[in-house]
Amino acid sequence: MNKMWKFLLSLVTVLVFVVYILESRKPQQSITTPSAGIVSLTPSPQAALSLKDGSYTGDVTDAYYGNVQIRATISSGKITNVEFLQYPNDRSTSVAINSQAMPLLKQEAISAQTAQVDIVTGATQTSMAFKASLQSALNQAQ
Amino acid sequence: MGMPITVEISGGSKIDKVFKDLFDYFVAIDRKFSPYKASSEVSLINKGKLNKNEYSLDMKKILAKSQETKKLTRGYFNVYRNNRLDPSGLVKGWAIWQASKILSKAGVKIFYIEAGGDIQVGGKKWKIGIKNPFNPSEIVKVLKVDNQGVATSGTYERGNHIYSPIDDRKVDEIISLTVIGKNIYQADRFATAAFAMGKDGINFLEELNGFEGYMIDSSGLATSTSGFEKYVYENN
Repeated sequence: MNKMWKFLLSLVTVLVFVVYILESRKPQQSITTPSAGIVSLTPSPQAALSLKDGSYTGDVTDAYYGNVQIRATISSGKITNVEFLQYPNDRSTSVAINSQAMPLLKQEAISAQTAQVDIVTGATQTSMAFKASLQSALNQAQ
Repeated sequence: MGMPITVEISGGSKIDKVFKDLFDYFVAIDRKFSPYKASSEVSLINKGKLNKNEYSLDMKKILAKSQETKKLTRGYFNVYRNNRLDPSGLVKGWAIWQASKILSKAGVKIFYIEAGGDIQVGGKKWKIGIKNPFNPSEIVKVLKVDNQGVATSGTYERGNHIYSPIDDRKVDEIISLTVIGKNIYQADRFATAAFAMGKDGINFLEELNGFEGYMIDSSGLATSTSGFEKYVYENN
């Protein structure tokens, strides 16, 4: 898993943890704790999840490569804002925080193309052939 | 610069003079910036034989651009390694771009300049192939590009390694990263920086306005930025 996914997983963990704290006041909710350490919520059959309005600060959580602490704002029973009080000072996570949603980038196995091309781009080893080809190019240009 | 340079032009007058001006320009760049020439300005700087006030105007420009690029990439672009100056990761693209201005000034409308896999095109949609890093005689992607720059950073050529300036780690989980940008100077500097970021490089490019990228990892899996598709040429 790359850092972005690890970070998103940590974010989900923290968000769910915050909701857990809020919900632990309600005795009819049932909570299961899987061995991976992620707290998940099983909604009770009678009532949909409802959250008390207000601002709640979660515990500082180890997000694998740094600490994460968030503050969630609840209004009309929904999480309306999430604010990061602490996040890992790592460039990849900063990128994830700054964007509202990282679009999933397209992936594919590379495959040989048969089309003719005008020019080729690729990494090349620098060589000492500069002078020789410069001269030959000048010869051709004349 | 130490590499073959290919130029193709259509139109414009006094073609011979244009070609000569172009190649004279590259010779002058090579004399200043080649890390392979003991007498180049870069080599003299590294030997401690030049004071800052003796630097050429081009050298001052390149050092200023390197500083700016380092800031924009949070240190992933850095022309110093082990206290040694090597601005090749920026000079190549910048020089090609400057050379393309020589062509424009001479009234050349349709052209491309390619040096070491870095390309500046103008005047029409050129078909550009991305080399297969596992088999350099093959193409794995065909692009149609006009008036932009295309740069590829990679480590599949023998003896070519790229190290992250942040932790000096050899970057080997990705082996090729192609960047399309508004000109080859921009594409080249960000291709260099993005490669040093490893797999995160493609995310950096996704966030950067006006740039698209195609990254190939060491297992042959390619990841592209969300706007890359518009440059892809399908055989239909």
